[in-house]
Amino acid sequence: MSKLVTIDGLTKRFHNQNRSALQNVTTQIESGRIVGLVGPDGAGKTTLLRLIAGLLRADDGRIEVGGLDPVANARQVRKRIAYMPQRFGLYEDLSVGENLILYADLRGVVGSARKETFERLLEFTGLGSFTDRLAGALSGGMKQKLGLACALVATPELLLLDEPSVGVDPISRRELWRMVGQLTEEGITVVWATAYLDEAEQCETVLVLSEGELIFDGRPTDLTAGVDGRVYLVEGIKGDRRQVLNRARQHEAVLDGTIQASDVRLLLMETAQVPSLDSLTGGAGARLRRIPPRFEDAFIDLIGGGFRAESPFARNSERSHGATIVVEARGLTRMFGSFTAASEISFDVRRGEVFGLIGPNGAGKSTTFKMLCGLLKPTSGEARIAGVDLRTAASQARARLGYMAQKFSLYGDLSTLQNLRFFARVYGLTGAKQRLTIERMIDSFALADKLDENSSQLPLGFKQRLSLACATMHEPDVLFLDEPTSGVDPRTRREFWAHINTMVTNGVTVIVTTHFLDEAEYCDRAALIYRGGMVALGPPSELKARAISPELPSPTFEDAFIALIEQIEAGRAR
Amino acid sequence: MTFSRLAAIMRKETRQAVRDPSTLMISGLLPIMLIFLFGYAVSFDPRELSIGVVVEQPTSETESFVASLRNTRYFGIEVAIDRQVFASRMAAGKLDAIIVLPQDFSATALRGEAAPIQVLVDGGDPNTAGLVGSYVEMLVLNWLEQEWLDRGQPPLAPLVSIEPRTWFNAEVSSRNYLVPGSLAIILTIIGALLTALVVAREWERGTMEALLATPVGPLELLLGKLIPYFVLGLGSFMLSVLVTVGFFDVPFRGSFLALALAASLFMLCSLGQGLLISTLTRNQLVAAQVAVMLAFLPAFYFSNFVFELDSMPPALQLFSYVIPARFLVSTLQTQFLAGNVWAVLLPDLAGLAIFGIVIFAVCALFTRTRLD
Repeated sequence: MSKLVTIDGLTKRFHNQNRSALQNVTTQIESGRIVGLVGPDGAGKTTLLRLIAGLLRADDGRIEVGGLDPVANARQVRKRIAYMPQRFGLYEDLSVGENLILYADLRGVVGSARKETFERLLEFTGLGSFTDRLAGALSGGMKQKLGLACALVATPELLLLDEPSVGVDPISRRELWRMVGQLTEEGITVVWATAYLDEAEQCETVLVLSEGELIFDGRPTDLTAGVDGRVYLVEGIKGDRRQVLNRARQHEAVLDGTIQASDVRLLLMETAQVPSLDSLTGGAGARLRRIPPRFEDAFIDLIGGGFRAESPFARNSERSHGATIVVEARGLTRMFGSFTAASEISFDVRRGEVFGLIGPNGAGKSTTFKMLCGLLKPTSGEARIAGVDLRTAASQARARLGYMAQKFSLYGDLSTLQNLRFFARVYGLTGAKQRLTIERMIDSFALADKLDENSSQLPLGFKQRLSLACATMHEPDVLFLDEPTSGVDPRTRREFWAHINTMVTNGVTVIVTTHFLDEAEYCDRAALIYRGGMVALGPPSELKARAISPELPSPTFEDAFIALIEQIEAGRAR
Repeated sequence: MTFSRLAAIMRKETRQAVRDPSTLMISGLLPIMLIFLFGYAVSFDPRELSIGVVVEQPTSETESFVASLRNTRYFGIEVAIDRQVFASRMAAGKLDAIIVLPQDFSATALRGEAAPIQVLVDGGDPNTAGLVGSYVEMLVLNWLEQEWLDRGQPPLAPLVSIEPRTWFNAEVSSRNYLVPGSLAIILTIIGALLTALVVAREWERGTMEALLATPVGPLELLLGKLIPYFVLGLGSFMLSVLVTVGFFDVPFRGSFLALALAASLFMLCSLGQGLLISTLTRNQLVAAQVAVMLAFLPAFYFSNFVFELDSMPPALQLFSYVIPARFLVSTLQTQFLAGNVWAVLLPDLAGLAIFGIVIFAVCALFTRTRLD
């Protein structure tokens, strides 16, 4: 196969960052392939795509697309490639048809060729009956397809897709993969950037980026083969699986561990013996089963293991566990004009539970979430926190909850210590009590090293710890986490969840929203939100069990979600 | 550069402008609001001044003097015997001036000697203070003349007589120069603010990246964005001129062709400023703030629109030559009030043209189809 893109010693620095966005990257992309560009946020994926598209100039090294320099020969190169940036690059105030026409004009697709292309693309994407609709009024999945259609108006040799599937519902995501698969059959080379590690398994080759460096270049199966036989599942745990995980993480043979529904998934060291079950104290019925590795296991192995320390937060005050209901949602409904964002959502959350609101962007989980923490008034229905009605005593209820927003929402120009002091004052802590609380937070979250650094300059894992410290300083009973770890690298994600698990062990109740279906595995129970309604509620293992079929003996959470939605759609059709 | 790509960008911009309510507000509603503001609310014409007259000993002479004050439409008169009452009211800002007619006023005046009248003026507002002073002086002279006539005595023949006539703005109405001047401010806002905003919006929404990754060239992108807003700007300029002449009865004595030419050249300068701002920032909020700081405020202060350049220090007067609004305001005021005065028009047009060329050269230097 011929090489379409040649990259040699490519380095890119941005002046306001101390680390290179890309460091000495060398690789080749063969034509007609689908190449996964995999890595967490900030790994350099977008920078690499922009360099290939000639939108950025490299500081060092060489890059050639079809033998041409993408900056010096920008126009020739851009005629041969198509690039779909994050958020799809659509004009939301133009209709579907007008968006297509704009890109067709810009790429010189006119006359009968245009007519044919439009017909083909509209059929391909299923947008044929929506040509007059404004792009802004489309669902996430339809926007994604329109973005793809706009990129494909003049059939490119190379298609660059920057996180095309982020936040999109799993069915649309699967359709997109099918469509892209079709494109490669037509000879188009596709580079697909993603932070979802599971997507890497579907690519023919993957480029794995971590902190600007290319840490793997090859077939995903070659990478997972390296950890084959080292991945185990601790099943049938009788006691607290979080305790089992905590112990396993400190075991010398264990490289990485995560909660997987009611079980614990372990990645062992290359040369290690399988640890005895006794050392993990999983209870009488527990057993270890070897399972096939996933890409994420291999990724963790590649970066030298997950988070293995004990969460220092373990020393927090104890609360009693029990069957007490802490959060109640009763028929929560919210209308925006004539649009129902959330409809009749009811559930209870018990003390010390991790409860997930899971669903794609725009499904209504954020709306539900905001009604639960008193930021949005429900049109009908009610929400109670620890027995307090949010409509009548919102501030009283809010004093008992902690909230950690999706984006880093601390004051970037204040130092770590100043942020802690500010939030302590917001919670009304003064004098000796404030001092003691701040000391406890510094101690619990190991913040002592960087007290005087501006929080915007902190590394991501550190920022998350500080956010969590600020959200929990007043020892809330309920902690709300809005998309806490989407796009975060797996190691930081594990560390974050280790802290959360410890807090839960201490009796804090956690409600988390996420479009990362994987993250549902960490929950005790999850509510699946789809098109404004709650379509399923239960422990993740139970939800997954519903999707078991002869073809799919061990479904992932995404499989479960899709199966559920298909059942519902089929029910509606009948 | 190909025309089809240029046309595609233009069509897109036009559609977006028409559909975006904020664009229509800035280009339609804002100009009308500003014109009405400068036409009605802002005025430098003397309003009715409140004057306290202290008559220490009322006589028929003081009475006729007070009556002559009452007869003018500029004064609101109050009379008292003691100045203490007025002193505290002037301190509170309720009175603009106090006129004191002393006890021996009649006697002294009729003896033919200079009768002392004390005029106390509130210097807190120097403009009003000066105005009151000169009005009172003029009124005293008139009254004296009238008094002499009434008594059948020939007035003292004045050595010179002044008969002023106001040219160009016969009613001496500040509206007649404020409203035309405000047209320059309107064009500045539409050109600089709107352009800076629409470009920043593309960056914020991520559409710029998608656009740049197509074979579109910098010139196509630049012109495709500018032409629709140029037309929009001229449209709202025409609308504003119509309101100025039709509604506010501001005279128009120049030629529409010259006016349109000046407005077009100025629009280019303004659009160029907007584009330049959009190369500085990719954030709508910052773009709006920078547009106000770099385009709107200088146009307001250094264009001779409200604040007279002649009374500024020479350094600032020199500085005003890099503010394009300066050239347009002088052309506008001349076009409306005086007519086609080529000695004003030609240097102004030349100034605008030079500014436009420089700013577009800088823009072309900065516009790339890359992100860095």
